[in-house]
Amino acid sequence: MNEQADKVGPPLWLLAELTYRCPLQCPYCSNPIDYASQKSELNTEQWLDVLRQGRAMGAAQLGFSGGEPLVRQDLPELIAGARELGYYTNLITSGLGLTADKVDTFAQAGLDHIQVSFQASDPELNNALAGSHKAFEQKLAMARAVKAAGYPMVLNFVIHRHNIHQMNDILALCENLDADYVELATCQYYGWAFKNREGLMPSKSQLVKAEQEVNQYRADLMDRDQPMKVIFVTPDYYEERPKACMNGWGSLFLTVAPDGTALPCHSARLLPIDFPNVQSQSLNDIWYHSPGFNHYRGDSWMPEPCRSCDEKGKDFGGCRCQAYLLTGNADNADPVCSKSPHHDRILAARTAADHATAGLEDLTYRNAHNSRLLYRG
Amino acid sequence: MEQIPRLRRGFRFQWEPVQNSHVLLYPEGMVKLNDSAGAILAEVDGTRSVQSIIAALEQKYPDAGPLAADVEAFLGEAIRQHWIEWL
Repeated sequence: MNEQADKVGPPLWLLAELTYRCPLQCPYCSNPIDYASQKSELNTEQWLDVLRQGRAMGAAQLGFSGGEPLVRQDLPELIAGARELGYYTNLITSGLGLTADKVDTFAQAGLDHIQVSFQASDPELNNALAGSHKAFEQKLAMARAVKAAGYPMVLNFVIHRHNIHQMNDILALCENLDADYVELATCQYYGWAFKNREGLMPSKSQLVKAEQEVNQYRADLMDRDQPMKVIFVTPDYYEERPKACMNGWGSLFLTVAPDGTALPCHSARLLPIDFPNVQSQSLNDIWYHSPGFNHYRGDSWMPEPCRSCDEKGKDFGGCRCQAYLLTGNADNADPVCSKSPHHDRILAARTAADHATAGLEDLTYRNAHNSRLLYRG
Repeated sequence: MEQIPRLRRGFRFQWEPVQNSHVLLYPEGMVKLNDSAGAILAEVDGTRSVQSIIAALEQKYPDAGPLAADVEAFLGEAIRQHWIEWL
C-alpha cells in the first residue's frame, strides 16, 4: 500500500457536501437514496479543520455543495476560512434561500464564484421538476444578483428527456442572464437518477438534435465574439467506451459528505466499501493510506476484459458505481464499454429510451418521504 | 504594445507549492502553468502595458534574449482563452 501511495498525487479538488438538506425535490438528485436517515453533519470547527488539512495537502479548488449549502448558517464563516487558506471557492447552489444581501456577504467573505442550477428554461417545467412553485422566479432574481455583485457565474442545467428540446431557449436565457459558463450536464444515472432512469434518459434522436443545436449556438457565440462558454456533457449511455470517471479513482477528487465520510466521488457512498471518516482519521491518512481510497487505484484489481485491455490506462475501466449498479459487482468493466459482457444492459436502456412514455408525474421525486419509503423497502 | 492586460474577473493567479508551479484558477477549473507562462502572468497587474511587461521580463532574465515575440504570443493566446482582457 505504501508503494501505491508513492505514486498517488495530491487531491487538487475538494468537494465539501455541507448538508443533504434541500428545499427542492429534483428527481435526478445525486444524493444517496437513503439521505433522510443520515442526519448528522460536521460542525463549523470540523469543517474548517477539513479545509485546513485539504489545503495543506495541495487542494486548490473547493466546492461548497449539498444538498443546498445555503441552509448552513455558518456558510459565511466557512467561505472566509477557505478563502484565507488560499482556496478558489465555488458555491454550488439552487439559489433557493439566497438573497442579494447574502450574495454581498459572501463576496466580502471572499467567495470566488457562484454556480446556480436551473431545471429548465421556462417556469412551468422548471418548477414541476424542482417541486417548488416559486423556484424559477427566485433563480432568475438570484442569477441577476450574482452578476450585479460582480461574480463570475456558471449556470448549470441537468439535461434529460423532458428538457432536452429546450437547448436554444436555455442558451438564450443564459446569455440574457450574462452567464460566463453554461453547463449542460446530461443526466448521469446514480442516486435518484438511477431510480428514475427510464423516465429521464433521452432517446438517441433527441440527443443528436440537442447536440446539433448546441454546436450551432456555440458557433454563433464565436461569430459574435461572445465569451460565454458552453460545456455539453454528453451521456455515457450512448458511448461505446466508458468515461475516465473522476480522472481515475482517488486521483484528483476528494469529496467529504455531510457526516464526514470521505469519498473518491460523491456517488461512491452507494458502493459496498467501508469509507473512512474525517472524524476518526486525518485527511492525509485517508487519501494516501485508507483501504477505501486505495481500493481501485492502479490496475491490479481489474478483471477481464479490462485487465488485458490496451485502453485501461486511458479510461481506468470506467465508473465503479455504474459497474456496481448495472452488474452487481463494482470490479467489473463499466457496461458502457462494448467489450463488457454486460453491455447488453446499456443497449436495453437505449431501446427503452426509444419507447419511453413516462411523464413528469411518473418520476419519483427526491424528498424525505420517498427516501424513507425506498430505504425501508 | 501600448495595451494594458489584466486578468478577467473570476480568474486568480497564484503559486501552488505542492504542484511546484503557478496556476490559474477560475470557476471550477485550474490550469497548471509552465515556467514562462507563470513568469509572464506574474507581471500582468492591470497597470502596466505589454511593452513595459516585456521590458521587465528582459531585465529579470537577461540571458533569455529578446522576449517580445514570446510574450505577445502568450498574451494573444491568453486573450483567446478569455483568461485576460485589455483594459
